[in-house]
Amino acid sequence: MLRRVLYIDLGNEDAWVEERQDLFDQWMGGTGVGIKLLMEECPEGVDPLSPKAPIIFCIGPLNGMFPVATKMVATFKSPLTGELGESYAGGRLPLAARFAGHEAIVIRGAAERPSYISINNSDVKIKDATSIWGVEAQTAGMILREHEPGIGRRSIIRIGPAGENLVRYAGVVVDTYRHLGRLGLGAVFGSKKLKAMVISGTEHVEIPDHKRYREVYNKLYRTTVQTDVMEKYHDIGTSVNINVLNWLKGLPTKNFQSSSFPEAENISGEILADKYLFRRLSCAGCPIGCIHIAQLKSAFSTHHEFEVRKVSYDYEPIYSLGSNLGVSSAEGLLQLIDACERLGLDVMSAGVVLAWATEAYERDMITPQETLGVPLQWNNVKSYMNALEYIVRPPNEFYAALAKGVDYASAKYGGADFAMALGGNEVSGYHTGPASIVGQIVGVRHSHLDNAGYSIDQKAAKKQLSPEQMVDEIINEDNSRGVFNSLVGCLFARGVYTSENIIDALGAVGIEKTKDDLDSLGKRIFDEKYRFKTREGFDLSKVRVPKRFYETVSTLGKVDPQTVDEMLRLYRKKRGWL
Amino acid sequence: MADSSEAKVISERVSVAGQETKPKPKKRRRLKVAHPERCIGCLGCMFACSRVHTGNVSLRDSAIKIQTQGGIEGDFRVVVCRGCNDPPCVRACPVGALERKPDGSVVFHEELCTGCGQCQDACLIGAISLGRGSKPIKCMHCGACVAFCPHGVLTFEEVPS
Repeated sequence: MLRRVLYIDLGNEDAWVEERQDLFDQWMGGTGVGIKLLMEECPEGVDPLSPKAPIIFCIGPLNGMFPVATKMVATFKSPLTGELGESYAGGRLPLAARFAGHEAIVIRGAAERPSYISINNSDVKIKDATSIWGVEAQTAGMILREHEPGIGRRSIIRIGPAGENLVRYAGVVVDTYRHLGRLGLGAVFGSKKLKAMVISGTEHVEIPDHKRYREVYNKLYRTTVQTDVMEKYHDIGTSVNINVLNWLKGLPTKNFQSSSFPEAENISGEILADKYLFRRLSCAGCPIGCIHIAQLKSAFSTHHEFEVRKVSYDYEPIYSLGSNLGVSSAEGLLQLIDACERLGLDVMSAGVVLAWATEAYERDMITPQETLGVPLQWNNVKSYMNALEYIVRPPNEFYAALAKGVDYASAKYGGADFAMALGGNEVSGYHTGPASIVGQIVGVRHSHLDNAGYSIDQKAAKKQLSPEQMVDEIINEDNSRGVFNSLVGCLFARGVYTSENIIDALGAVGIEKTKDDLDSLGKRIFDEKYRFKTREGFDLSKVRVPKRFYETVSTLGKVDPQTVDEMLRLYRKKRGWL
Repeated sequence: MADSSEAKVISERVSVAGQETKPKPKKRRRLKVAHPERCIGCLGCMFACSRVHTGNVSLRDSAIKIQTQGGIEGDFRVVVCRGCNDPPCVRACPVGALERKPDGSVVFHEELCTGCGQCQDACLIGAISLGRGSKPIKCMHCGACVAFCPHGVLTFEEVPS
């Protein structure tokens, strides 16, 4: 296997490859190598939007080799939180990197004028992107397809106007329907005048023992397609959880003022699947096909003239732009998702920011002068569409503040008690109980996917768990996900990849590891990430918990602040930080 | 290329997805792209092809190709050998490296191939392409791709004699 790092310097238009076997031996790949390279490349205290802040992409040893090992990780310093930025995406990106022969890509410096990077095997070029600067993300992809090689096996990742204009939660659109969405990688691209990156290649991977490889492949494939471990993703998709969480009183509604939404059914996975879903897609290398594409058809005249948009949807965007904004129609929801897609915004942060703004507007903390006459009201899709455009191209101070995230906006205008961010990152769509809150506070990137606290809460709803048991589960997930994210697998397939199966899969591609090796790797990766976080100023004891979390009933009833404090104390103790 | 252990592997694959399991059909069978519109673009067929025939992981070495038209927003095109009764690739080969057997199947004699690429040019659908060493990658209609298609895009058909 090629274990190479591709270095690209945008400033002096240079690129070179280094063999870093030691790095991969020690840190596996994916998020492990990603954090190590970030430590190497990112100067302490650097402005995340300065040329000195790097962008790092990593795949891992299982990408392209086994089913559902379909993610690539990006590490960077987040312009939203000012500390660890980490984001994952699938599509064709990991595969394209694999066959281009680069397990890691480091981007340094900033370009002089709008540019894009073209990687075709070892041929790396930095090309002029002036004519597509300002172009929406989807269109930019369409244009680049005409100019770059590798049709059918390449990946085109690009930013929209949000990234160019440094919206702190701008994402990077990957192959149209996938995203390196969270924590502002799009703004880091924008700060480097980097519009896009196109990767393709024709390398192959030599397998040491063909027979063993095929045996392990078959076993994992069978587990993926024939058992029920992934059924949820196969059928209705992640959006099946809208009705489930609504029923469990865990679906954040109107900025977490409620945990159930009377009109949830209208925007549920079931309704979307029955009435709007027209196609399913998969990331390359995954037989599940969880990418659900809705057709949004709307008339633009009375003469049967229609515009048709193809919109990908999942649970999180339905929460953030649906229930959390009180949006009760599927059409309205899909329009908002589509707007974020075109502009290149992270849907989750965008929705949480709009939800805070709506409540602040309702409470007269924000005036119509500030919103430029846009009535920010629940379910007012037209207003939200206008506001999203204004966030991306801020015409005044208010929208410029919204573009910096909900923590920044609430510090300026008030309403911190209902500014729904943890660790500076706008929260995900779960008000399930204390584990979800604590999980996002302590998580390395303050994401629900760091340790799935929401899932621990749901478990606790069935069988009571003590605060200590919850903390143990969070720590266990923190560490084991570090390993899985080094491979780099899709978290939806975590049920397929037991430790035993991971060891078998690694063995089949020539990497022998024991359970102890993996456990210690998971812990080392976590520690290294915390080293970066604290170096950049993160202090766990200072994380602000919006009061709203304690006011609204959750799946596990009202959350007691003392429970959260107690869990944080236990967490610190078990991590050896007391 | 496929020795007996390969054939076993292939038949295992065939049973994986619950498709047809006959390893040795009496009549010639060929692949059929029965439902291209059901393709989700997972590329499982391409990986299966290179895995079974080369043992390695490659997209380029696959005989079957999933092509995009306008990215994944567009429809996928499934490009695979149709097993023509009068194969233009065989006729185009100037050195007889591609040989049509009496049952209609086409075998590739690598040692005769000069890598001229005329077979590739002769196939309108692009089902034969040059791989490593400029040698054509010829579909053997083994069915590995059929077994690893999760959506029933591919199937076998018997060739009318």
